[in-house]
Amino acid sequence: MQARVWGCRGSVAAPGADTVKYGGNTSCVEVRLASGHSLILDAGTGIRPLGVVMNKDLPTEVHILLTHLHLDHLQGLGFFRPLFVPGLDIHIWGPTSPVQHLSERIAMYLSPPLFPLRLEDVPSHLIFHDASEEPLTIGSATIRAAKVTHQGPTVGYRIEEDGRSLVYIPDHEPALGTDLSSVPESWMSGHVIAYGADVLLHDAQYRDDEYDTHIGWGHSGVDATIQFAQKADVGNLILFHHDPYHTDPELEVLLHQARARWLGMENRINLAFEGMTITLDGTSPVHVEAAV
Amino acid sequence: MSEPAVGASKSLPLILARELASNLATPMFLLDAAGTLVYFNEAAARLLGKDFTDLGEIPSGEFGAALELALPDGKPLPLRESPAGIAFFERRPAHKTLMATSYDGVRRQFEATAHPLFGAEGEMHGVFALFWQDSPGEFTS
Repeated sequence: MQARVWGCRGSVAAPGADTVKYGGNTSCVEVRLASGHSLILDAGTGIRPLGVVMNKDLPTEVHILLTHLHLDHLQGLGFFRPLFVPGLDIHIWGPTSPVQHLSERIAMYLSPPLFPLRLEDVPSHLIFHDASEEPLTIGSATIRAAKVTHQGPTVGYRIEEDGRSLVYIPDHEPALGTDLSSVPESWMSGHVIAYGADVLLHDAQYRDDEYDTHIGWGHSGVDATIQFAQKADVGNLILFHHDPYHTDPELEVLLHQARARWLGMENRINLAFEGMTITLDGTSPVHVEAAV
Repeated sequence: MSEPAVGASKSLPLILARELASNLATPMFLLDAAGTLVYFNEAAARLLGKDFTDLGEIPSGEFGAALELALPDGKPLPLRESPAGIAFFERRPAHKTLMATSYDGVRRQFEATAHPLFGAEGEMHGVFALFWQDSPGEFTS
């Protein structure tokens, strides 16, 4: 499989001269499978440019895997061009809620007065699914979701194909109320899907001095991200969900701090950036593109 | 395609309940969906007379027997009729005044409230039980 990052900014889009290198679009990662299927992880503003490209060579079906419904993970959906292709099957997966069906929750945004159209009026064929904690097969991949600590119902996803695994947990605060250095792995939010991943894309929104004033907001400081990844024994860590106030140089300071905390892994810890590609197949080493 | 190789983990509702318990001064126990006592906090350790790190997880049944649960009049209380047992087996909240013998040999009277934990899809993740000792009255067994 090959993954491409279309948006890795957290909370709100942050375009401008200060964010050119890593990008200002919010969460969206495309995963192309060997079987030809396309998975789209989250529908932040990064899904808009992805839709422009995808519309030129449409797959027979599209799968959008939403981690949760905060706007930075959903806002681009209404601007995803394939949504307006009549009859195209678009499967939308998302966390369960005891109160409302996924389609009703998404329609709260995709309806007037917040959006000019109603969700039920788009011409594509939308099929909604609860993200399953049981393994699910789409094309050549096995996918598993797991609920993780964030604000409101939220999941992370693990995608496996040909013996390789990519895990995506963009919004996650595993350190909330606990000490990650001492908590057993089985009591760590997200460990169930992250364990042994070849590549982990994980929330690293804050420097540690910033996290102290954002406890409970649902995101991680870099120290917690490193501890989580170490305990999960991942092969590569990609710092994701960049704070909208962090400029490119500030993100590089954060990367430096992260690498200093996990000696020996320096070359396998990277910042996500728009356009980044990650290649995983069963016969070659995992390739994670680094920012230049 | 084989299933993903994943780590063994507790469910998120249990993880969050444990984090709540570990930050409370109110004694709290957690049972998982199999009825195993999977965690109790430091405040509960004072009632039990032993730390969780010393005891570890305790399978259903063994825990209640060790405590010699009884009603205040001394009538033995089967585990199934304890608040945690009712919450687990009957899937409803329950409250009772109990007596129990701790691992340090001290017999204590306390209030116990237990509640089943249901997830977003209605699935049961376990039970949490809160304890309250009204008075410090302790009876050596």
